[in-house]
Amino acid sequence: MAGKVRQVYYLLFLIPFIGTLIPPFYAKVTPSLFGLPYFYWYLILWIFITGIIGGIVYFLSEAKR
Amino acid sequence: MIHIKWQAFVIFLILFLFVAGLGFWAANWRKGDLSLLDEWGLGGRRFGTWVTWFLLGGDLYTAYTFIAVPALVYGVGAFGFFAVPYTIVLYPIMYIVMPRLWRVCRANSFVTPSDFVKARFDSRSMSLAVAVTGILATMPYIALQLVGIQAVLVAMGVASSGALKDLPLFIAFAILAAYTYTSGLRAPALTAVVKDVLVYLTVIVAIIAIPIKLGGFGHIFSVSQVALAAKGGSVNLPPKLYGAFATLALGSAFALLLYPHVVTGTLGAKSARTIERNSALLPLYSVALALLAILGFMAIAAGIKTSVSSEVVPLLLLKTLPQWFVGIAFAAIGIGALVPAAIMSIAASNLFSRNIYKEFFNHDATTQQEAKVAKFVSLIVKLGALLFVVVIPLKYSIYLQTLGGIWILQTGPAIIGGLWTRWLHKKALLIGWTVGMAWGTYMAYTLKFASSTYGLKIFGRTELGYAAVWAVIANIIVVIVLSAIFNAMKLSNGVDRTSPSDYLPEANPESALKTS
Repeated sequence: MAGKVRQVYYLLFLIPFIGTLIPPFYAKVTPSLFGLPYFYWYLILWIFITGIIGGIVYFLSEAKR
Repeated sequence: MIHIKWQAFVIFLILFLFVAGLGFWAANWRKGDLSLLDEWGLGGRRFGTWVTWFLLGGDLYTAYTFIAVPALVYGVGAFGFFAVPYTIVLYPIMYIVMPRLWRVCRANSFVTPSDFVKARFDSRSMSLAVAVTGILATMPYIALQLVGIQAVLVAMGVASSGALKDLPLFIAFAILAAYTYTSGLRAPALTAVVKDVLVYLTVIVAIIAIPIKLGGFGHIFSVSQVALAAKGGSVNLPPKLYGAFATLALGSAFALLLYPHVVTGTLGAKSARTIERNSALLPLYSVALALLAILGFMAIAAGIKTSVSSEVVPLLLLKTLPQWFVGIAFAAIGIGALVPAAIMSIAASNLFSRNIYKEFFNHDATTQQEAKVAKFVSLIVKLGALLFVVVIPLKYSIYLQTLGGIWILQTGPAIIGGLWTRWLHKKALLIGWTVGMAWGTYMAYTLKFASSTYGLKIFGRTELGYAAVWAVIANIIVVIVLSAIFNAMKLSNGVDRTSPSDYLPEANPESALKTS
């Protein structure tokens, strides 16, 4: 049963794939941030989001263990 | 005449020697019986969260990455940034796949992915296919690490010309070979800590100091846009490259996890939970990688002109930072080559020793003999890589590394697929692998090995995508169709030597401790 609960959290992991593997969503120059075109800071932002999602899955699976 | 940049070189040398000493000393760290393969080749599977973090960081983000990614950005612009989504989607996949692989390997004392495939599918031929693919894919990767060291040596004026131009590289590699031989996986684990401190220091300084010097990011990108447009590149990703960008990111992420050195780095962890924790913590390295990638634009803005791609980053650093600091940055690259080169040679040796030597030549080999063979092979592997770099033109190493990425992904259906299902038929896996290898190699051949993005004609249009992905799709289709047929024919599929509980978290000692 613990295994099933974990598999539900794993669905959260789909989010980074959708966010980063569909370039038409973000292949733009503006708006820029600190001089970085959108394309670059958008992808860098997703590094942090993915880390946070990893952390959420980790702690949720801890709680339900 | 040779002009040596002494300030940089002295600092480089001091740091390099310090790391070499650390590598030898590592044999005494968390002492184990290094005559056993499990101890030499996997560090006794005792690495905790921090050590694993550094070890995998050193394993995934290599000197070659630090040289090649900015160089690609320097050459083509936005497309080179595929390394960022690549190292983003890597971690969800790692979180799901690697702890499961760790559990089944721990429960059955497997050292390599080949061990797993052999036991799971009762197939010596598929196991051999995985081992050979792994060794072939790893060799050019090691060679390219050497290119990283060579690049900084050349930039410092130490290895530029004359009969002795390769001598410094030989010395660096002899030291690496010696401490890998004596300390095994403990050496890269410990030296990776120093490497990372230096890398982060370099990245932070470079990303702050260089843009200030060059007039800010806005200026860097506008200069880059003009310069790139002149040679067909762009600061923004053009629509015709969307497919190539996305498949390259996704395919590289899966491929990376299948490389023997990454499996070895993961299996050294003390628990499956350690790997999960690391999958959440490792993205921090991707930030460093993204910032390094932007160095490619800085090189354009700084007016660096070179046709040798491995010289882009060294030349930029020399031009924009004080020379003593460049010594630190170059040491980061040099040591950043030693860490993965050590793990790669260990991983390739583990494969050879377990899955070729023991399997086909000496079935009764003891674990001591296995370790002895592995240590010896680790020397051969490195010597091979060294000769590769010195004797064969650089471009062939790069071609082979491109091929290696295509090849290694073809082991995915057996290794990753096998972790979840035994419905796949062993003969179907072998045929699928053959199809993937053959077509993947053919695609690379038609691209003259210079690129890995292949225009596939499908439904009347041409889709640009990563050749490894096209090949593995064909591979997977063959495996599924043939498995359905073979299973319907009730063709024998051997005996599964793993048990279902081997894969589950409940079998993990650390979680058992926590629930009690």
